[in-house]
Amino acid sequence: MQPLIELAGLGVRFGARDILKDLRVSLSGRTIGLLGPNGAGKSTLIQALLGFCPLSAGTASIFGHDIRREQRRIRTLVGYMPENDSFIANMTAVSFIRMMAELSGLPSEAALERAHEVLFYVGLGEARYRTLGTYSLGMKQLAKLAQAIAHGPRLLILDEPTNGLDPPARLRMIRLIREMKDSGEMHLVLCSHLLRDVEETCEEVLILKQGRIVHYSNLEEERRANRRFVELETYGNDSGFAEALTTLGCECAVAGAGRLKMVLPVGFELREIYRLAAERDLQLRRMNYRRDTLEDIFLKAMEV
Amino acid sequence: MAVYKRTYKGYAGALTAAWSRFLILPRYSYARLFQSKFLIMFLMACFFYPLGCAGFIYLSHNLSFLKTFNIQAGRLLDIDARFFVAFCTVQGALAYLLTALVGPSLVSPDLANNALPLYFCRPFSRAEYVAGKMSVLLFLLSLITWIPGLILFVIQASLAGWEWTTANLWIAGSIFVGLAVWIMVLSLIALAMSAWVKWKIAAGALIMGVFFAGAGFGAAINAVMRTKSGTLIDLTQVIATVWSKLFRFDPTTGISVTDAWISLGVTCAICLWLLARRVRAFEVVK
Repeated sequence: MQPLIELAGLGVRFGARDILKDLRVSLSGRTIGLLGPNGAGKSTLIQALLGFCPLSAGTASIFGHDIRREQRRIRTLVGYMPENDSFIANMTAVSFIRMMAELSGLPSEAALERAHEVLFYVGLGEARYRTLGTYSLGMKQLAKLAQAIAHGPRLLILDEPTNGLDPPARLRMIRLIREMKDSGEMHLVLCSHLLRDVEETCEEVLILKQGRIVHYSNLEEERRANRRFVELETYGNDSGFAEALTTLGCECAVAGAGRLKMVLPVGFELREIYRLAAERDLQLRRMNYRRDTLEDIFLKAMEV
Repeated sequence: MAVYKRTYKGYAGALTAAWSRFLILPRYSYARLFQSKFLIMFLMACFFYPLGCAGFIYLSHNLSFLKTFNIQAGRLLDIDARFFVAFCTVQGALAYLLTALVGPSLVSPDLANNALPLYFCRPFSRAEYVAGKMSVLLFLLSLITWIPGLILFVIQASLAGWEWTTANLWIAGSIFVGLAVWIMVLSLIALAMSAWVKWKIAAGALIMGVFFAGAGFGAAINAVMRTKSGTLIDLTQVIATVWSKLFRFDPTTGISVTDAWISLGVTCAICLWLLARRVRAFEVVK
């Protein structure tokens, strides 16, 4: 499968400072989360992919198109929602979106139709003839999203899409992102500080720190793998319980009084645990899959 | 809006030619600009002088009119290079005022609202952006400068006959080149100033200031240094020198025509450099 984004030793330097250093990764998920602390280089990576800043080393490709040589082609395929306020204050939303769609190559009439459609889609249908300067922060975010999808891009890059949104507006934005992902018509790159947003929407995560990739993970695979890790909390005499589980192929570790952590073998049936506990008259107070949250992954990556 | 259209759908229709996309910007700019009644009135006022000139040309060839008022044909102003220089001077000044009115609203609103990343994340280059914004001014300024100038020339040629036309055809070229250079310089200065100042009023003042400050500093340099080189930063004198050469007069500004062309070239180069520095998708904060 052709990778969506491939970074091949990508480097960006501003003055004497390396902002991005030797980034190498191949991303092919439908939704990719870009994480990292402030100043990690997330926005610079997006800008480099869009050809906004010159590369000091390496290159990258989007849908197989080299960002050094095929910028125009890439920009036809990409929609970008910037982090900061970006609009023209004294234009109505519909003419603003129409102009942006026309600049992306849509004929005038098609651009007007798309402008109406996307404004309704993001929930600004009733406010589409208002000037953008009169919009609230949440509405401006939605207008930015509308301009990014007006031309029907194959890749949508969202830089902090839920910035400054109240909880209902955030939920609405997340819902829209999920809908677009599920439509199957576009890939998404989501850059956010909010781990929850990324966790709720992304399949792959790239974590940057000081301009380097410190972690890459496929969240879907991790979620599947996590189902083999189980934490148990028991009450009663648990002597010999861990040994009995070990004989069934589990790797067990005692994590305190009445607490067990174990890795289940492939094909292991959970009812075996209940059976062993019943044989020993042992109460199972809690049993859960020990799932690495994105926060765990992120914090581990930051320790590197 | 139909319900089925409220779900996300991609676009699979035809695309416009890439070369034509810079023309989108003037369309939207005019829509915004012509919301101002003052601008429309000013634009209309800019046509009064060309209309007066057209009337004058017509009357100067109208023998019955001359007889009615007992005027000898030779006593009226000749329609020659001087007539057209006067036209260029008046319309050139109006073009300058129009530039100060229109220029500030071109780039500065995009900078103030951080809209440039939205332009440049599309298949739309910085050069196309500058060309699009510049064409807003170039078309408006052309409308009040060389286009009526050439129309006046055609009127005069049609009334004066073939002999006058062949002898004075170079005037048409001079009108076009002289005014085209002037509006090009004005447009570049307006764009550069608009790109460097986010506040529209300040940008307008700066566009005016470039000419007044140039004239003032030029005069000061001339007075202090006892030279004529200061005139090179006075763009009105510089363009007057260029026009003198184009309309085959001796320049009275004290600078050579070559120096004047170099001065205009340097001005344009500085403006382009300023634009290249400012018209970017992002800023590096040092």
